[in-house]
Amino acid sequence: MKNPYLPYPVRIDDIKNETVDRSLKTFKFVFINPDDEERFAYRAGQFAELSIPGQGEIPIGIASSPVEKGFVKFTVNRAGVVTTYLHNMKAGDVMGIRGPLGNSYPWETLQGKNILIVGGGFAFTTLRSSIIYMLHPDNRDKYGNIDVVYGARSPGMLLYLDELAEWEKRDDINMHITVDGTDDPDWKYHVGFVPPVVEENAPEGGPDSYAIICGPPVMIKFTLPVLEKLGYAHDNIIMSLENRMKCGIGMCGRCNIGKELVCKDGPVFTLSELNQTPKEY
Amino acid sequence: MAKTIKIDKQQWQDNFSRLLGTYRVIAPQVKDDVCEFRKLAEGELPELAFANTRRSPKAAVFPQTEIMLEYSLDEHDPEKNIMKPATDGFPLTAVVGIRPCDARALTLVRLNFDTPEYQDPYWLGRYENTVFVGLACDAPDPVCFCTSTGGGPYDETGLDILMSDRGDFFLARVLSDKGETFLETAGWKEPADDDKAFAASRKTAEEKIVSAVPNDRLAEKSLLDLHAAPFWDNIAFACINCGTCTYLCPTCWCFDIQDETYGKKGVRMRNWDSCMFPLFTMHTTGHNPRGEKAQRVRQRFMHKLKYFVDKYGQGVMCTGCGRCVRSCPVNIDIRAVCERMNDYTAETEGA
Repeated sequence: MKNPYLPYPVRIDDIKNETVDRSLKTFKFVFINPDDEERFAYRAGQFAELSIPGQGEIPIGIASSPVEKGFVKFTVNRAGVVTTYLHNMKAGDVMGIRGPLGNSYPWETLQGKNILIVGGGFAFTTLRSSIIYMLHPDNRDKYGNIDVVYGARSPGMLLYLDELAEWEKRDDINMHITVDGTDDPDWKYHVGFVPPVVEENAPEGGPDSYAIICGPPVMIKFTLPVLEKLGYAHDNIIMSLENRMKCGIGMCGRCNIGKELVCKDGPVFTLSELNQTPKEY
Repeated sequence: MAKTIKIDKQQWQDNFSRLLGTYRVIAPQVKDDVCEFRKLAEGELPELAFANTRRSPKAAVFPQTEIMLEYSLDEHDPEKNIMKPATDGFPLTAVVGIRPCDARALTLVRLNFDTPEYQDPYWLGRYENTVFVGLACDAPDPVCFCTSTGGGPYDETGLDILMSDRGDFFLARVLSDKGETFLETAGWKEPADDDKAFAASRKTAEEKIVSAVPNDRLAEKSLLDLHAAPFWDNIAFACINCGTCTYLCPTCWCFDIQDETYGKKGVRMRNWDSCMFPLFTMHTTGHNPRGEKAQRVRQRFMHKLKYFVDKYGQGVMCTGCGRCVRSCPVNIDIRAVCERMNDYTAETEGA
């Protein structure tokens, strides 16, 4: 019997500070046993438990993409006991990763469709995974237009700046980057909250268009009406939830929203599905 | 037809000595006026003249604290920080005197720990290595309502042996190979013809269950309507969120996972947890989806009486043992809550 609580041992290969306030770091891990990478085969939108002996575990969305081989990446906000400890760890340190966990974005359903990605703040991690996945030469033909609205408080709080700049230059993805505010006179992208930027820039919805939305609750609250107005049906609005988790495999009982378990039946749900559950998230 | 063996009560010290050579025997014992399942030591005998134990025997399969993984934190250890399973086996165990409600409860809990995607090796490892020797209830407690939840005082679900007390002896029905091996190990082998006696006792016992708790309409109710029902504040009003109900309940399985370190060694363990506690669901940000007492009380009843019903189609997650009713310090009664949910329609009571 496979022990689903036993993490794969990994070594921290690299740590990159992502934001000016140093609250977000991207950790690149390599598996100590090379075969474990195969066992960890994942899809964009899944998460894993980062497992630090003596500290505990935290569920974090996988920021690397299935098309990137040889490592896995997670961008972690320093917030509690485990994440603070992780932020103080160094390249070369050994810890564990347990997963991949949860469902993923519905990649079969999304084939042949136009994709609108709406991200806010540090919830951009699994969206990065998704963008890298779709832009890969093997996959780009499988999807229609790709539009990305991504907002952060300020330019220094945007994740993955190098990649954002790269995507800006491409003609097979439409980037709409925005910040709540900036005093940078050379800022060449949008200024404003995500919902109005979506309203002005996102393509209209329809049966062949899906929106994937990840961000802070307040962003989601004001973006959903905009998406409805643009014609996105509730079946075509895809969200990823967070709840307090421990086991990550649907057993410990705390992350449920009604009869669904966010860790196992989610974290990805359509708005239609969420309309059928109590709002306990 | 199940084989039946007669077990003479007068001379079973020797039999238990033999059992203790093979099994970790867990059985009811009275200490300080409280009857609880405990591990039998040599020379001790089970106390089988009891209504039911204060706590359910779920800990035999699901210990209140279980060490799952262990690891070294020693800088000089090449295996530092590499986690390993803390055990590679579980003791052969016999739970003697388990009531049918509690044995049935474990079969419901199994639905949580044994899923198509994941199997919990600790829970299943212990469960598979345990023989359940049941004791039929001839004198059920007034708050018992097992017959309303799909069971009964002579229910055989989840049991390897069912014993019926006949005064000087027990009649033991053998229900599985595990049960057969247990009886052979003990040296109990005197065959008995029982069927009529069993059936008669069963009928008498079932008639003694006076609590009827209707739950037949829960499945057809709207989950969101029940969740939004106006009675939750009222039900939760007196609750002090002590968690007693969840700890005593044979079907409550929620757990927490924690790390503990001792010098240069550490373990990852799981502990019973409870949906009654605010920390159970609190996010790191401080946001809490079930931050209010009434939300937590609702979660407990909705989980048992609606979410579980909808998810598995095997009835309610309650076997009518009555423990939460007996031990609740503020007299919250799952029977009344169940009836209220079963009768509820959004139209009649308003949302």
